[in-house]
Amino acid sequence: MNTSDLAAILARHAGAEGALLPILHEVQAAFGCVSSEAERAIAAALNLSRAEVHGVVSFYHDFTAAPDPRPHVQLCRAEACQARGVEALVAAAEAAAGERVRLTTVYCLGLCSAGPAARVGDEVHARLDEAALVRLIGDAR
Amino acid sequence: MTVVRISDDALALACGADAVAAAFAAAGCTVERTSSWGLHWLEPLVEIDGRGFGPATPAEVPAILAGTSATAIGEIAAHPFLAGQTRLTFARAGRIRPLSLEDYAATGGWRGLDRARGLAPEQVVAEVMASGLRGRGGAGFPAGIKWQTVAGAPGARKFIVCNADEGDSGTFADRMLMEGDPFQLLEGMAIAAHAVGAGQGYVYVRSEYPHAIAKLRAAVELAAGRLAPFTVEVRVGAGAYVCGEETALLNSLEGRRGEVRAKPPLPALAGLFGCPTVVNNVLTLAAAAHILAAGGAEQYAALGHGRSRGTMPVQLAGNIAHGGLCEVPFGLSLGELVMEIGGRTASGRPVKAVQVGGPLGAYLPPGRFDLPFDYEAFAAAQALIGHGGVVVFDDTADMAALARFAFQFCAAESCGKCTPCRIGSTRGVELLDRLCAGSGSFELLEDLCETLEYGSLCALGGLTPWPVRSALRHWPADFGR
Repeated sequence: MNTSDLAAILARHAGAEGALLPILHEVQAAFGCVSSEAERAIAAALNLSRAEVHGVVSFYHDFTAAPDPRPHVQLCRAEACQARGVEALVAAAEAAAGERVRLTTVYCLGLCSAGPAARVGDEVHARLDEAALVRLIGDAR
Repeated sequence: MTVVRISDDALALACGADAVAAAFAAAGCTVERTSSWGLHWLEPLVEIDGRGFGPATPAEVPAILAGTSATAIGEIAAHPFLAGQTRLTFARAGRIRPLSLEDYAATGGWRGLDRARGLAPEQVVAEVMASGLRGRGGAGFPAGIKWQTVAGAPGARKFIVCNADEGDSGTFADRMLMEGDPFQLLEGMAIAAHAVGAGQGYVYVRSEYPHAIAKLRAAVELAAGRLAPFTVEVRVGAGAYVCGEETALLNSLEGRRGEVRAKPPLPALAGLFGCPTVVNNVLTLAAAAHILAAGGAEQYAALGHGRSRGTMPVQLAGNIAHGGLCEVPFGLSLGELVMEIGGRTASGRPVKAVQVGGPLGAYLPPGRFDLPFDYEAFAAAQALIGHGGVVVFDDTADMAALARFAFQFCAAESCGKCTPCRIGSTRGVELLDRLCAGSGSFELLEDLCETLEYGSLCALGGLTPWPVRSALRHWPADFGR
């Protein structure tokens, strides 16, 4: 972790009200996780205890304690995508992901009329069948 | 030069709109990126001189330009899916470039805010009250009463918080509005700010909506001068469904765990940072922009059914042939929405169940398709319209598996503050597994549902029994009964 990058993030939010989530998002994006050292620095900057910061980090699905450099594919498995057959694709998706790709479940990408849907980074994909989903996972970088 | 209009809404992008746009540009056309009409099964939908082609692919581009494409659907605005709709909140859908201030002003933008700022704050509240507008997030609480409470609450600082944490499966109207017409939301927030005396607003958007976040941030910057002295900041959620509950959302905005707060105090009196706060859904605030334009309140109040006034942007989703955005006055029957406008299932198989109102909404069988879309009528049928999502399932759906999923979802998303939701949800999953294996007690399931319903702090635990009970009530055979 580059401490000067972290200091720059903290400086950018100095004095802002309720700045913890915006800070955590930036830290997660910059370092791929919110590490225990980052938690300590954030706690010091916001005059919080480390427990308070850790409580927030561990509450939200978007923040992780350790980095995972693998490509990340989020597959929607909420009701509307279930209605359009996503569950039948899961085994093939898991096989395609293997250990190389981090495949996680997301509850809803707001593409509910055109599922099954998936997200890779800030790109979204809809109307996935097994072949398209397997290709998407194979291409994920 | 031929002007080709293609949406840059996330759903159009997810269906390949960028590649189609690039193919038209390569063919020498001028490509304009617009909001989406909401005809999702036709995305990417291409518009040339008002006529539509969809779903378009790059390979289809030469045929579309030559006028020989089989994807032609004729004049888009006259399409049967749109012809039966009454679009007020989504009046600009498909018709504007989302971040064009010029397009916004040319389509009646800012009329509501300009007029509201010429009125006394209490007159603005009175007009919202007269329109009959109710909160579109799910609870259906009268917006005017909420605004009046905040306006009358003592406090040096007040806030407008837009709840854009649209986590319900089957809903996407907030996303479409933020991506397709972001200035309307900001206009509505500024109207609310004038009505209650707030200086600062926040839009809390879920992180699963990266396109909406980018559009809103750009819109806030572009419209800052128009909104001043009111200021708006876009804040991003972090993957917690429960933050769509207003008090959890406020905690999250304050930088805390997204845990639900006990009420009272109401957020209207002690909300964000302890100050009086309006927390309204995207569609509620956007509707205010229409209502405050001249004659808007009367028009709104004249539409609807019973105590549900105005229009509801219904979202047709799941296994449905014609999925998309369907803004209609309250009162249409569920059957009209699913069978006629929605065109039945996408798979061509019979409709088995429809879940209305998201993961906490009841499952309804075709036998209840007579229900009018109306807050009270749905409540009387032990169902809810929620945020207006309609998810269709065909006859391959396993209702016991869906009931189990309701508990599983609740367990995954519970904030953990209250015991019935935190522990009851997991016990529910285990119990349904036992029931489906032929053991377990249905009496115990009902006991558990009752504990969740009456013992939970918020709607997540309190309403999880609704999909479970409705599945059991209407499809007992799926549970081996």
